[in-house]
Amino acid sequence: MNEALLSKANFPVFEVYKNLVYLDNSATQQKPRSVIERVDRYYREENANPMRGLYGLSVSATEAYDSAREAVCKFIGADSTREIIFTRNATESLNLVAYSWGRANISEGDELLVAISEHHSDLLPWQILAKEKGAVLKYLECDQTGLYTAEALRAALSEKTKLFAIAQISNIFGRLNPIKEFAEICHANGTLIVCDGAQSVPHIPVDVKDLGVDFLAFSGHKMLAPMGIGVLYGREELLEKMPPFLSGGEMIEYVTLCGATYAELPHKFEAGTVNAGGAVGLHAAIDYIGELGFEAIEKRENELTALAFEQMKQIPYVHIIGADDPAEHHGILAFTVEGVHPHDIAALMDSQDVAIRAGHHCAQPLHRHLGVQSTARASLAFYNDEQDIERFITALGDLRRRMGYGT
Amino acid sequence: MGLEDNFYGEVLLDHNLHPVHRHDLPCATCRTDGVNPSCGDDISLSLEIHDGIIENGAFTGVGCAVSQASADIMLELIIGKTTDEARHLAHLFDKMIRSEITESELEELEEAGALQNVSKMPARVKCAKLGWRTLESLLEENG
Repeated sequence: MNEALLSKANFPVFEVYKNLVYLDNSATQQKPRSVIERVDRYYREENANPMRGLYGLSVSATEAYDSAREAVCKFIGADSTREIIFTRNATESLNLVAYSWGRANISEGDELLVAISEHHSDLLPWQILAKEKGAVLKYLECDQTGLYTAEALRAALSEKTKLFAIAQISNIFGRLNPIKEFAEICHANGTLIVCDGAQSVPHIPVDVKDLGVDFLAFSGHKMLAPMGIGVLYGREELLEKMPPFLSGGEMIEYVTLCGATYAELPHKFEAGTVNAGGAVGLHAAIDYIGELGFEAIEKRENELTALAFEQMKQIPYVHIIGADDPAEHHGILAFTVEGVHPHDIAALMDSQDVAIRAGHHCAQPLHRHLGVQSTARASLAFYNDEQDIERFITALGDLRRRMGYGT
Repeated sequence: MGLEDNFYGEVLLDHNLHPVHRHDLPCATCRTDGVNPSCGDDISLSLEIHDGIIENGAFTGVGCAVSQASADIMLELIIGKTTDEARHLAHLFDKMIRSEITESELEELEEAGALQNVSKMPARVKCAKLGWRTLESLLEENG
């Protein structure tokens, strides 16, 4: 564990924006110097089209790319690098499952079960699949604090349920779902479980074999890495049987005028030139997280969450969405302020250099379920500090006055 | 008041907190909804038009201070005017948002000119335009 890595000083963006309080980490995280420099070095010293060329530079690009895949494989506890597909982001990973596995395995009358708090990226692919195949899309509902129960899941599954999609941590509630238990329940029912790890993989240790999930999707940019690199983990026996998602270069073995044999896993699912620069950046991000350690990350993020949570609760007219216990929030604090629209909350905060998110956070069905139009959201990362929380709280406490209310 | 306290300006804050035209309009001759899909805001705009003159108008719905105040100011401006004049004002508002408006044109927009600065924030352009966009489609549908 290297505690110096907790510091904002490792993130060049804060040298440019010295006054910035960045609390939109669930949307995307800032990048540490080591990641930026690693990507820079790749393009200066190692760049060629990986897996294509028979010359030295291409070999070094291939090695950098392969080594990133090995790092991801270890990071999430997969059995083999054949189970690690590089994509653009979690959204593309989930679409890959819906288009490839979904179109080969779902037929009329089948049921797809989706948690109602899912981000649109883990909802629309299933909605589209269901429409296309004449399948039935069902929603698993949570309570007002974002709690999903095993009983409700058991009751929602039927013999026709082919798939259950749920995030490990919701991007609104910040609540950690009992994925391991849910996976057991699903498998006992012959149902596959797809887990959206976009908000969990950056913040807690995730082991796909321990969880028992069939698919896990996450994005690099939410965990210190560049934008445009994401991961799909899939159980090898499932991936083996799935048809390709995109087609083109690098995903075939032999191609003739009327057919082709596809490349081995994972290349079957990586058509076209890959994002090797993004992959080596993700590798550097995993190294950063590894050196810092999840124990330190979780401790720091929980401390800051608790600090913000307790002070938000002291401010009249502020309502936090989700559990009444900061330990259940994992750095994600969605909230409303009576009489002030979330857009105005974000704009007024921005005028004081406090960056938060406002809107429906790509989860419109959930907002309808909760009966709120939209919410504001502050989301933390380990590199935030007490001063950030203080500035956020001061801005929050002053909002209603600035909107013209007496208090 | 410090500088940052004037963020929205008094005209906008006042129209948001005390909208004059935010109510139902039972005698409306036409009505349409406007939605801002990126933030989920939506308003319903009702007008009472006789012989090409907007005799009354109102809006309901939910949205941020910018969208609500902008709609309220818009109605203040167009009630009593002809539909052609309302179209002309919508056109001027659009020009203001695109920073192409002249001084004299800005005067025609009266209080709506208060939206000029807010409209320079790209993320809020849609909010400021929601009411006006809805007006344009309502006039389109109803001649």
